[in-house]
Amino acid sequence: MAETVAVRPDGSRDEAGFAYEERPRLVEGLRAYGLIVAMWVRSTMAYRASFVMTTFGNLAVTAFDFLTIVLMFGHVDALGGYTLPEIALLYGVSATAFGLCDLLLGSMERLGRRVRDGTLDTLLVRPVPVLAQVAADRFALRRVGRIVQGLAVLVYALVTLDIAWTPLKVAMLPVMVVSGAAVFGAVFVFGAAFQFVAQDASQVQSAFTYGGATLLQYPPTIFAKDLVRGVTFVVPLAFVSWLPTLYVLDRDYPLDLPQWVAFLSPVVAVVFGALAGLAWRAGLRTYRSTGS
Amino acid sequence: MRLYAVVAAGGFRRYATYRTATAAGVFTNTVFGFILAYTYIALWDARPQLGGYDMSQALAYVWIGQGLLAACAMMGGGFEDELMERIRTGDIAVDLYRPADLQLWWLAGDLGRAAFQLMGRGVVPMLVGALAFDVALPGSAWLWPAFLLSVLLGIVVSFAVRFLVALTAFWLLDGAGATQMAWLLGLFFSGMLLPLPLFPGLLGEVARILPWSSLLQIPADVYLGTYTGWGLVEAYAFQGAWAVGLLLAGRLLQGVATRRVVVQGG
Repeated sequence: MAETVAVRPDGSRDEAGFAYEERPRLVEGLRAYGLIVAMWVRSTMAYRASFVMTTFGNLAVTAFDFLTIVLMFGHVDALGGYTLPEIALLYGVSATAFGLCDLLLGSMERLGRRVRDGTLDTLLVRPVPVLAQVAADRFALRRVGRIVQGLAVLVYALVTLDIAWTPLKVAMLPVMVVSGAAVFGAVFVFGAAFQFVAQDASQVQSAFTYGGATLLQYPPTIFAKDLVRGVTFVVPLAFVSWLPTLYVLDRDYPLDLPQWVAFLSPVVAVVFGALAGLAWRAGLRTYRSTGS
Repeated sequence: MRLYAVVAAGGFRRYATYRTATAAGVFTNTVFGFILAYTYIALWDARPQLGGYDMSQALAYVWIGQGLLAACAMMGGGFEDELMERIRTGDIAVDLYRPADLQLWWLAGDLGRAAFQLMGRGVVPMLVGALAFDVALPGSAWLWPAFLLSVLLGIVVSFAVRFLVALTAFWLLDGAGATQMAWLLGLFFSGMLLPLPLFPGLLGEVARILPWSSLLQIPADVYLGTYTGWGLVEAYAFQGAWAVGLLLAGRLLQGVATRRVVVQGG
């Protein structure tokens, strides 16, 4: 059989036999992400029974979350002044946005382990953006369970609630889910950058990701002012669901914020995401291999 | 006996080396404690004396839960992943050759782990919680050792359940699904998300007799002084019965599993 050896634009040869082309880094990163994801999906399907169980488990774990809220409403009519369907809307938006982000980037938690055991080196020598490799590492398709459950609660809320819909409110729904997922994504990238320094502190990241998602499932009225300030101005989680959802519900904003801030979610997502990207670069530059 | 003491000490030391991870875990438990505490305050504001607890008792319940989360491995993170990996790779054959009992070996190691996590990840969140909120303290000093004994029994029940789950790897090979289902049930039925007295009707009754109530609900009630005299003995007996029953079930399943062990690879 004839050897296929690709020739690079500069005339050198690529031993692996792959055609080598120059692409923009972003495209290259997304392409690599897609390839690695496809690989992990195939490998997941090798254990089908386990896949079905874990997907169901992922759906159920968040379902138990919501069941807890339903059980609470067996004892009260309102929590922090909010009814069950209103909380369901907050919950559905937060859970769907987080689920989306968790599916795409949830594996970044493992970065600390790779830094510790030195296997990150393998990723560094490949001609593919490290962030794409880390994000796609052990991609877990089972996490769609979380999105399904979030969407189910969201639909329940939209069906039960009596909202005076306007075109702006309708447009707000997809926008907040997508920008919410982006804000959570930025938190994941920040967390990964932090792990270059802290190494085995992936739990700190969970406090902001899973903790943040849980926090946003409840109305801001039940939390202390300082906590609300923190998740509005420091880690802008309030822009994921609280502010845009409260606009849809015609509710008062926390901290006496003006009404237009609800529309800032995409802007906050982009700015916060850019900052996370800078943090990631800084983190990657501090990386020293274990040397073993 | 000495062997198992050494294994337990090893389990303790092994987790004690992960200092950053422990600090990170304390941070996470504290953050979740705060979120949960605020939701409970909203709940008990609307319905004082809900489930027979007053506000400060409900807050104590929150922080006991965060304190015990790691020790009782309510969200996994104990020995089970490692045991399942050994079953999957066939290393389990080496373990079966050892002159030590498989179940006791892992129990000893897990008790060491739990002891460390009770101190490393339990005490600080409970202290922070007690400083930040009006948290109920035990009515008398003897409730502390009574609470600790209940916690110990809860840890053994937790081990026994996870050992059974880990053994499913002999049949399923990849045990990730089984583990997840187990910690899911554990999280809900231990009372971690909501105290069991708040569960309605039949669901509440079923939750109370399942083994997981030994992990958090019973220790918390012992701490809060709900059980006195014979009631306390009965609570211990309930936990002890589940511990013994599940350990025996694990032993039976271990016998069945090891008879069909097929060592893969070579």
